[in-house]
Amino acid sequence: MTVEQLAQCDGMCALACPAPEREICGVYIGDLLSWVMGRAEADNVWITIMSNVNIIAVAALADTACIILAEGVTLEPSVLETAMAKEINVLQSAKPIYETALLLHELC
Amino acid sequence: MSEPLKFQYEVDGDNFTSAGQASVQVKKVLRRLGLDPETIRRVSIAMYEGEINMVIHAGGGEAEVLIYEDSIEIILRDKGPGIADIDQAMQEGFSTAPDNIRSLGFGAGMGLPNMKRYTDDMQIESTVGVGTTITMRVNL
Repeated sequence: MTVEQLAQCDGMCALACPAPEREICGVYIGDLLSWVMGRAEADNVWITIMSNVNIIAVAALADTACIILAEGVTLEPSVLETAMAKEINVLQSAKPIYETALLLHELC
Repeated sequence: MSEPLKFQYEVDGDNFTSAGQASVQVKKVLRRLGLDPETIRRVSIAMYEGEINMVIHAGGGEAEVLIYEDSIEIILRDKGPGIADIDQAMQEGFSTAPDNIRSLGFGAGMGLPNMKRYTDDMQIESTVGVGTTITMRVNL
């Protein structure tokens, strides 16, 4: 499944989608950035509620396919600009983390 | 053996939001050199953790990356407070980061362990009150 297809699912919304064709494989959930860098695998979907600019660097370095901000969390415009510049996909889920993960379990 | 490719970066200690710029630059360089994605991931994450540590604890520092034919060496130097007990600092979950840093998602006590996890060799030289130099190597 691609990030673009995931973004079209119910309850999902693309906040920044500079690399829509990227394939997703697996899911990692966490808000502590070093845990994410230590445990997330390349091409994972990363679900978090963190929204500061450092998540963009973490997603870039860990090479995740996309970030999903759960609970309807949004990004500041400047962080969205950084996401576009660094080619990091960011989706938003209206649902809490658990329900978002269940949706991904059904899809992947 | 031919001379290594050498890159040097200043790590700005005042700007937490720009932390990681050196790592992202290195990632681009390694990508251009055609290294495999997992090696790029390991090097750039280890370096980013080091950069973040320098910003949180040492007011910045300098990073040097040497690309040899068979390995990549990352040297991080700072003039911060030093690490009093390196064994303790290496334990997962041990952190001296302040609350404002933790609220950003850092300070989980995973930085140094991640640097060790993602590299083939890591040496820490630290003197309290003088600074810390960390040398990491990733084999190609």
